[in-house]
Amino acid sequence: MTDTLHDGLADDSSSTDDAPVFVTSDLSVYYGAYRAVRNVSIDIRQNEITSFIGPSGCGKTTVLRCFNRMNDLIVGARVDGSILYRGIDLYGADVSAVEVRRHIGMVFQKPNPLPKSIYDNIAFGPRINGVRKRSELDDIVERSLVRAALWDEVKDRVKASALGLSGGQQQRLCIARTIAVEPDVILMDEPCSALDPIATGRIEELMQELKSDYSIVIVTHNMQQAARVSDRTAFFTVEVNPESDRRTGVLVEFDSTKKMFSNPADERTENYVTGRFG
Amino acid sequence: MTVDGGSGLDLSQRPSSRTRTDRAMTAVMLVCLLAVVVPLAAVVYTLLKNGAGQLSAEFFTADIPTISRIEGPGMGPAIVGTLLITAVAAAMALPLGILGAIYLNESSAGGRLGRLIRFMATVMTGVPSVVMGLFVYVTYTLRFKQNAFGGALALAFLMLPVVIRTTEEMLKLVPDNLREASAALGARRSRTVLTVVLPAALPGVVSGCLLAVARAAGETAPILFVVGAATSVNTNVFREVNTALSAQIFANAQLPFEGAQQRAWGAALTLVLLAFVITLIARVVTARFALKR
Ligand SMILES: Nc1ncnc2c1ncn2[C@@H]1O[C@H](COP(=O)(O)OP(=O)(O)OP(=O)(O)O)[C@@H](O)[C@H]1O
Ligand SMILES: [Mg+2]
Repeated sequence: MTDTLHDGLADDSSSTDDAPVFVTSDLSVYYGAYRAVRNVSIDIRQNEITSFIGPSGCGKTTVLRCFNRMNDLIVGARVDGSILYRGIDLYGADVSAVEVRRHIGMVFQKPNPLPKSIYDNIAFGPRINGVRKRSELDDIVERSLVRAALWDEVKDRVKASALGLSGGQQQRLCIARTIAVEPDVILMDEPCSALDPIATGRIEELMQELKSDYSIVIVTHNMQQAARVSDRTAFFTVEVNPESDRRTGVLVEFDSTKKMFSNPADERTENYVTGRFG
Repeated sequence: MTVDGGSGLDLSQRPSSRTRTDRAMTAVMLVCLLAVVVPLAAVVYTLLKNGAGQLSAEFFTADIPTISRIEGPGMGPAIVGTLLITAVAAAMALPLGILGAIYLNESSAGGRLGRLIRFMATVMTGVPSVVMGLFVYVTYTLRFKQNAFGGALALAFLMLPVVIRTTEEMLKLVPDNLREASAALGARRSRTVLTVVLPAALPGVVSGCLLAVARAAGETAPILFVVGAATSVNTNVFREVNTALSAQIFANAQLPFEGAQQRAWGAALTLVLLAFVITLIARVVTARFALKR
């Protein structure tokens, strides 16, 4: 028997050339007068993992935060160009950033557990979406923690403060919290930078698992990770204007991961992925 | 003496001017500490010496003698008055101040109105309490006569800017990444404020607010001319004159009669105890919430 609820989605994913989840065209992001990134055009596809790589400060986080309108929270941040999310202009006048974030989840570069119990951290999102039943919440909490490879470590103390967890555990909690609301797209900003190889492996497995239901964008500094998990890779770099000394992030190349790591079109990409950067 | 592991490596403390500076600074700080503690201890000692003998169940409940020359207890009306006036003032100033601070820190985002309100609050902090009393006298008391509510108004005006500024400082201390975490899960701003920001800032907000309340409870000037002086308990906030501990201290301490002066000492000690209790509550509440973090 097929799950009728997911029939529509399953059909979509079977065809690879359907419309992308995000169509980004000519995106530039400003912090006040400073243009942090310019002219980025990227398509994010359904049921794929897209990775962003590039040197520190090239604007990977900045671009990622545009996809769930997180930059709205920063005073002075401004976006130029357009991002279509399933055909809808994300920055359109009648689009609610709150609604957007309910569909597009995010794991931040630095773990940011809420100063609540582990349980409440994970139940936070479902509660916003109206889940009230205790048993249902219990289920969600356990399932999310298991998927994020944290359950075994915390099952005896889900009511304890999340701030008592180690950095790596906190990051996995943040991942669990994000998948608890079953978003359509998951944005991950260096989710594994604080994790040991075992937890990293578990998260990578999780990403492969999630891929069949969700679309994932991941920022990573770990080239092997990008090569291992992602279907497509975007390489960003920093352009320094020699006159004004302004640093601006640019998208150098965006292609299938295989091509990016074996036979990139741009010399800068090749230098970066082979470790000859800078 | 040198510490030598046999490897020629020397990790021992080197004699230097730093050691001397360190000692000197420690001495200076001790002196500063004494300078703070000695007056405080003296105040508490004098209060206890002169006031402790006055305290009794009767002192807390009996009416104030109408003839000041009479010896013996009675500060009940003043205690009731102080509690009433402070409570009503807090009921007005705390919600308003906390909401104002939330607006300033969570909504206005450096807007013009926000800056204006912050500026006004700062200016208001500097207004002397007697001026605030005068303001209430002119705008309220002249029309509605002396009563407890006038005093509560004056105290509320005094508390408000303090509550706004301390609460805003506490909200500022809540790291932005918590707001982001909440927003990324699809929370509206109101929900983020109520379920994430306020709980995180609560210990600081509570203790800041209660300190403002404790300070206001001891205010004398505005009480003196907008509340009046009653000698029997008046629980109606809006009718008839009332009184407060601070006003009774002021009035009784000036009189040449032994009985009145003893009552003034007793009232002073009671007032300090009251402030102490409020501060204690602040501590307990803070500690309770701090445990949860
Ligand atoms: N809130 C902000 N206000 C002003 N400038 C910012 C802000 N956030 C980022 N920037 C600037 O934008 C540029 C891109 O930053 P971003 O965080 O996107 O880089 P990144 O590629 O994620 O780097 P890393 O790999 O170190 O995380 C940097 O020059 C940074 O200084
Ligand atoms: Mg980053």
